Amino acid sequence: MNQASKPVPDQDIALRLAQRLGAVLPAESLLSSAEELRPYECDGLSAYRRLPLMVALPETTEQVQHILRVCRELEVPVVARGAGTGLSGGALPLENGLLLSLTKFNRILEIDAHNHCARVQPGVRNLAISEAVAAHNLYYAPDPSSQIACSIGGNVAENSGGVHCLKYGLTVHNIMALEIVTIDGEVLSLGSRALDSAGYDLLALMTGSEGMLGVITEITVKLLPNPERAQVLLAAFDDVQKAGDAVATLIGAGIIPAGLEMMDNPAIRAAEDFVHAGYPVDAAAILLCELDGTNDEVSIEIKRVRDVLLKAGATEVRTAENDQQRASFWAGRKSAFPAVGRISPDYYCMDGTIPRKHIAHVLKRISELSEECGLQVANVFHAGDGNLHPLILYDANTPGELEKAEDFGAKILELSIEVGGTITGEHGVGIEKINQMCVQFSSDELTQFHAIKAAFDPYGLLNPGKAVPTLHRCAEFGAMHVHGGKLPHPELPRF
Amino acid sequence: MSNTDHSQAIQDAVQTALTDKTTLNIQGGNTKQFYGRRIQGRPLDVSVHRGIVSYEPTELVLTARCGTALREIEQALDKHNQMLPFEPPHFGDTATLGGAVASGLSGPRRPYSGAVRDNVLGVKIINGKGQILSFGGEVMKNVAGYDASRLMAGAMGTLGILLEVSIKVLPKPATEITIARSADAAQAIQLMTEWTGQYLPVSATYHDGKELYIRLSGNNKAIESAKRIIGSDSVDWSDMFWYNLREQANSFFMDDLPLWRLSLPAATTPLQLQGDVVMEWDGGLRWLKSSATADNIRSLVNAAGGHAILFRNGDRDSDIFNPLSAGLLNIHKNLKQAFDPQGIFNPQRLYAEF
Repeated sequence: MNQASKPVPDQDIALRLAQRLGAVLPAESLLSSAEELRPYECDGLSAYRRLPLMVALPETTEQVQHILRVCRELEVPVVARGAGTGLSGGALPLENGLLLSLTKFNRILEIDAHNHCARVQPGVRNLAISEAVAAHNLYYAPDPSSQIACSIGGNVAENSGGVHCLKYGLTVHNIMALEIVTIDGEVLSLGSRALDSAGYDLLALMTGSEGMLGVITEITVKLLPNPERAQVLLAAFDDVQKAGDAVATLIGAGIIPAGLEMMDNPAIRAAEDFVHAGYPVDAAAILLCELDGTNDEVSIEIKRVRDVLLKAGATEVRTAENDQQRASFWAGRKSAFPAVGRISPDYYCMDGTIPRKHIAHVLKRISELSEECGLQVANVFHAGDGNLHPLILYDANTPGELEKAEDFGAKILELSIEVGGTITGEHGVGIEKINQMCVQFSSDELTQFHAIKAAFDPYGLLNPGKAVPTLHRCAEFGAMHVHGGKLPHPELPRF
Repeated sequence: MSNTDHSQAIQDAVQTALTDKTTLNIQGGNTKQFYGRRIQGRPLDVSVHRGIVSYEPTELVLTARCGTALREIEQALDKHNQMLPFEPPHFGDTATLGGAVASGLSGPRRPYSGAVRDNVLGVKIINGKGQILSFGGEVMKNVAGYDASRLMAGAMGTLGILLEVSIKVLPKPATEITIARSADAAQAIQLMTEWTGQYLPVSATYHDGKELYIRLSGNNKAIESAKRIIGSDSVDWSDMFWYNLREQANSFFMDDLPLWRLSLPAATTPLQLQGDVVMEWDGGLRWLKSSATADNIRSLVNAAGGHAILFRNGDRDSDIFNPLSAGLLNIHKNLKQAFDPQGIFNPQRLYAEF
């Protein structure tokens, strides 16, 4: 892993920060001993670890305002953190910084069943929202696989997806308003319960901004009525290419499934060994296709999809006959990550998105890369929207394997860019993919991103060093990383 | 007109404006000049930069240059039985994709398949330094970097010139029919609130004061069961009716009175406003014809959690868009500065302050 620079924390700053924050926060809401800080040393990307200078656990917006004002005055950087399930190191602490945990913001403040929305605090778990509004026959659509644990504030910061994005959209399509606190301690209210608001679309800009622009203290989420019926089909293919083509054929036929997932053979086997979902373990790939809607609608569509899949070369198409079967079809997919975790000491999860037509080509390249570097890979895939999660299997205890896995991962990301895709579909850039940002964006584009950040945070104190690389960093990265025979940013001086 | 890439010429025009210290009035098809504040500035015609760059029906993505006519795009989509999900109003034959995105206006289908901003996947722009920049892309999910693409939707060209837009498209529904029920405004809002709480294939609503019109989209079975729940029979002029609403060509809009666009939480009970009101979007969008003062209208609308735009007619030098709080205005000015430091693009079209 890249060695993070380790400035010696300034004891004087630590003391002053503790004093100033202690004036408004109760003692139990400020953590500073090494053992108290330990649980905050990493998020879901545990290969990167660092202890923060201090952890603050505010429970009111006023406290957040005070904390940010103090940090601005003392020039202490701030990293906001939700449930810590992020996969790109976005909530990795800074040694000289404050870790601002929003876990105490855990209340559902209001359910507005008439306007189909709920006002919640950022620490509320994703799934808890749907559970709380179930009595109104409503639910919150985005469902990242970590939905039992991940918090809605983190979902907004990362613009999280899930398995139902193709039909129901990402977080950005499913939130209506935010309350944020700026680094100056000012409370801003973005969006509303109406379908649009005056001025620039700051709600969109804030979604997926990875804690770089402001701290989210309240979220109004959009709720949808539960469909009358949801049914899932499982189609097996003896060839990955055929499975990939079947996805395009389905969409070309005018069908927008609620979920459309793909797993390759290693992922199928791992999942089957783990949860015994009844997956066909000899298949080269399976597709899970969920349809939802009114009862009548689903009956018709299920038949159509079945026909399309068989015509596209599926060797077998199964339809879940009841909720229990539906749950078991999904259980394999939803537990794919831990299932792979059982067959390998460690795995590294990638998140590129590609145009769907390149699925087969990209999977073939990944398998070639896998052979070249001698590390196995299992592919799990939001096929409907082209979001690929290759899981690279490695053993961190074998010297050099982590570096090999990282190098493999970087090549997959660059392959995603090469075919017209992106380095991250839903996990965010964080610290993990910061170098690949230099490949995806030009220096002018990165400069524009820095200008956007400065419009909110001119002091550069909110989550500095994440999400958008400095041009200096790109120049250094470019010097060691020649891409396609060309150095990125040839116009920049090399250091 | 031929399909050509004029990005170099547009970039040159921006450089010239920067050198001359003049401001630019960006124009596409010139169909939405009525919208927004009146501005000064050298007209810059970007409608010559036109043509569909790529369209692959199975990817559900279309990329086109900003000057491409909306009509041309809709025809191309129609051949593959697809559509622009946000059903943009044209307000004239020459309306362009760039204008649709910059104005951020969505049509009757908006609550059900998203607004312009929901369907923008990527943009190529020229910023106020004359640099060509790309954000987002042609894939459905993309969280690399800040979402500068969606920020362009509704920015009225104040942050940059759109050169290209990649947009998500959707299959057309198998069938669409329209049904109608008599209801006063309060009853209509109540009915729509009930329906939106259930899973129904509604794709547009319109209340003209007396009648509530509902468009249903989907397969025949779904439509038949929805008709039973809503309790009404079909009327048979579906397409033209919604087209006329989208284009503001029905009799309500034939008027010289100031026309206000009120965006409200959908379930808001009828406001005590002076003038005639019609509703779309399950009550979330209300059109008011009124000579009442802006303060009077905005005080009621803002108190209900909405905002009001002076859409047509009235004083185009006044606050057309709902004034922002001091904190938000500050962020807006900073963002304008970040994209267009010399303030050359459509100054004051959105707000007098920038």
